[in-house]
Amino acid sequence: MSAASTPSPPVPVVALDDVVAVIGRFPALAGASLSVERSEIVLLRGANGAGKTTLLRLCAGLLPVERGVGRVLGFDLATQRTLVRPHVGLLGHQNGLYLDLTVRDNVSFWGDTVGATAAEIDAAMGRMGVADRLADVPTRTLSAGQRRRTSLACLIARRSQVWLLDEPHAGLDADARDELDATLRQAAAAGATILVASHELERAGTLATRTVDVVAGQVRATTPDVANPSTNSEREP
Amino acid sequence: MSAWRLARLIARKDLRVEVRSRVITNQVLPFAGVTMVIFAFALDADSVLQRVAPGLVWLATMFSLLVLVQRSFAIETDDGALDAMRVAGVDSRAIFFGKALGLAAELIVLEVVLLFAAVILYGQTIEVGSIVLLVTTLIAATCGLAAVGTLYGGLAAGFRGRETLLPLLTLPAVAPVLIGATRAVEAALGTAGAVVSDGWPWVGMLIVFAVAFGVGGSLAFGPLVDE
Amino acid sequence: MTTTDHDLPAQSSAATTSSATGTRATRIIGIAAIVALGWLVAFGLGFSPADRDQEEAVRILYVHVPTIWLAYLAFVVTAVASAMYLFTSKKSLGWDRMAGASAEIGVVFVAVTLAVGAMWGRLTWGVFWQWDARLTTTALLFVTYVGYLAVRRLGGSHHQRARRSSVLGLIAVIEIPLVHWSVRLWRSLHQEATVLDTDGDIDMDGLMLFSLFVGVVAFTLLYVWLMLHRTRTMAMEDIVEDRGLDAALAARRAEGEL
Repeated sequence: MSAASTPSPPVPVVALDDVVAVIGRFPALAGASLSVERSEIVLLRGANGAGKTTLLRLCAGLLPVERGVGRVLGFDLATQRTLVRPHVGLLGHQNGLYLDLTVRDNVSFWGDTVGATAAEIDAAMGRMGVADRLADVPTRTLSAGQRRRTSLACLIARRSQVWLLDEPHAGLDADARDELDATLRQAAAAGATILVASHELERAGTLATRTVDVVAGQVRATTPDVANPSTNSEREP
Repeated sequence: MSAWRLARLIARKDLRVEVRSRVITNQVLPFAGVTMVIFAFALDADSVLQRVAPGLVWLATMFSLLVLVQRSFAIETDDGALDAMRVAGVDSRAIFFGKALGLAAELIVLEVVLLFAAVILYGQTIEVGSIVLLVTTLIAATCGLAAVGTLYGGLAAGFRGRETLLPLLTLPAVAPVLIGATRAVEAALGTAGAVVSDGWPWVGMLIVFAVAFGVGGSLAFGPLVDE
Repeated sequence: MTTTDHDLPAQSSAATTSSATGTRATRIIGIAAIVALGWLVAFGLGFSPADRDQEEAVRILYVHVPTIWLAYLAFVVTAVASAMYLFTSKKSLGWDRMAGASAEIGVVFVAVTLAVGAMWGRLTWGVFWQWDARLTTTALLFVTYVGYLAVRRLGGSHHQRARRSSVLGLIAVIEIPLVHWSVRLWRSLHQEATVLDTDGDIDMDGLMLFSLFVGVVAFTLLYVWLMLHRTRTMAMEDIVEDRGLDAALAARRAEGEL
């Protein structure tokens, strides 16, 4: 399950070609094409409803490909979705936590299911600042930012080859953001491939090695580096 | 990580959630108890109640099963945990057996409480000689119920109208358990002159049911829940 | 823009190009079904004699028996088509539509069986319903396939629907025998005083048997005719949904041009 368990991933890691994905009857992805190499940190930016979340869920093997061809780590997203999953980590809108369990219970459950050791789990928890006083508190009583940190700790403990992060900075304070960015850079340097959907372009822009625009279910202009993140054209309320 | 270890991990997690949240002790058990009392209102005669007590125990179990299954999958979908498990690459058979195991443990507790309620409210007596039949029946019936409940609970979870879809799919499927477990418990409790030996053919049927839906459910759960 | 596979076995061109689901073959089958149903009315209500025990009520059986036989056949078709969808590599949606159409028709036929059966029971036994093994199994069969049809309508893409419902169509194959077995065991060990003085199996004379045969032929033709039309309507519904998706895709792409 860890990055070490499989030989060097095929290039590119993410390869989408004119992919259509449907939510209900709505084409959330309307012919998206994207290619991402190993160790890249790609920022997906775009308005609400542009299809960023769908793109990440599709790469995680959670959604079927309606039309087009999509591959992650060489696995066909149409036929081998379950094979993709063990190698990717997804931080979605929801945190994937059991609200009645404590932080420690949650993190160790997720650690156990993906085969992380206790030391790795402790390290991940410490890293995201949920080690000490929060560990034995029911997750339900935590703030949104603290739950996010918990969820990130679970993700870090997995050491996936592909990280798919949907608004990872949302709700986090400055310290946690810095820690998260450092963690992501480190993971990318170690060979992980990272896709981040974010509206916080200033922060995510400095983190990313490349920025792409998601517009109306398609992936648009690929800019080699972030031109000017402060003059963003976000249609955020 | 073997599927069986994962299943135990998931079951333990479910039971821990129940211990922490106390939804079963605070809501499901009282619900089942109220059902038993309401039956008595509807069937206003001691002799009738005594005669039909085993059936009422299983009827109350069926209704509580629906509540427990909804609850079991609500904790998975509340915060996207089921998706997280899927992305973690947890085998769908492990999820099926894990959820079913947790559900079975909860059901056993519920059934024992309901049996005691029947002893107290409906004047049933449990003989020492019938304990083996009673325990075997409870275990076999519970495994069948948990398998069917988990399969259809997983299918209905995440869809609108799951509250009505679940009973529509589950109740016809568990009809054999209602019939078989009721007759077996009648035999164990000696209801209407039944003797213990009458119960064993029913236990055989319950075991076949549990195995069929255990195997069928584990194969079907992946394609049904995770298509 | 490509449309995904509308691989209806053999009739795809008819379904995609014409706006109706009828062809020469279905018209012939339809007319034959009407003629056979007319014969059934003539033989069932007219030519065949009343039974010694059941008197005129026996005529109900000329509908009751063929509909349940056809319903069983319909559910077998559903199971086989489900298996074909699931276990063939082509994953043809034609099999899925066949399974769905057959289940719909089967449910209607079982409903007819139960309704006319209740009337027959009232006339022969004096009660509408009897907790007999066959009746109970049939009632549960009905509810099971109503549930199957509910799952078919859950939504998602065509192949999601097909996969879900074909798995469920096969689970019913586990479920129905278990239900039947348990109900039979229940009734045999649990005989109560019964109003049942005839079990419905009667000595039929030649004309009565022939009427029953006409009924079987008529309902078989009706089943085939309904199947052909229903699978084609389903194919058209799928095409309409795909065209809706094409339109939605075009709209979504246009939205990006702004």
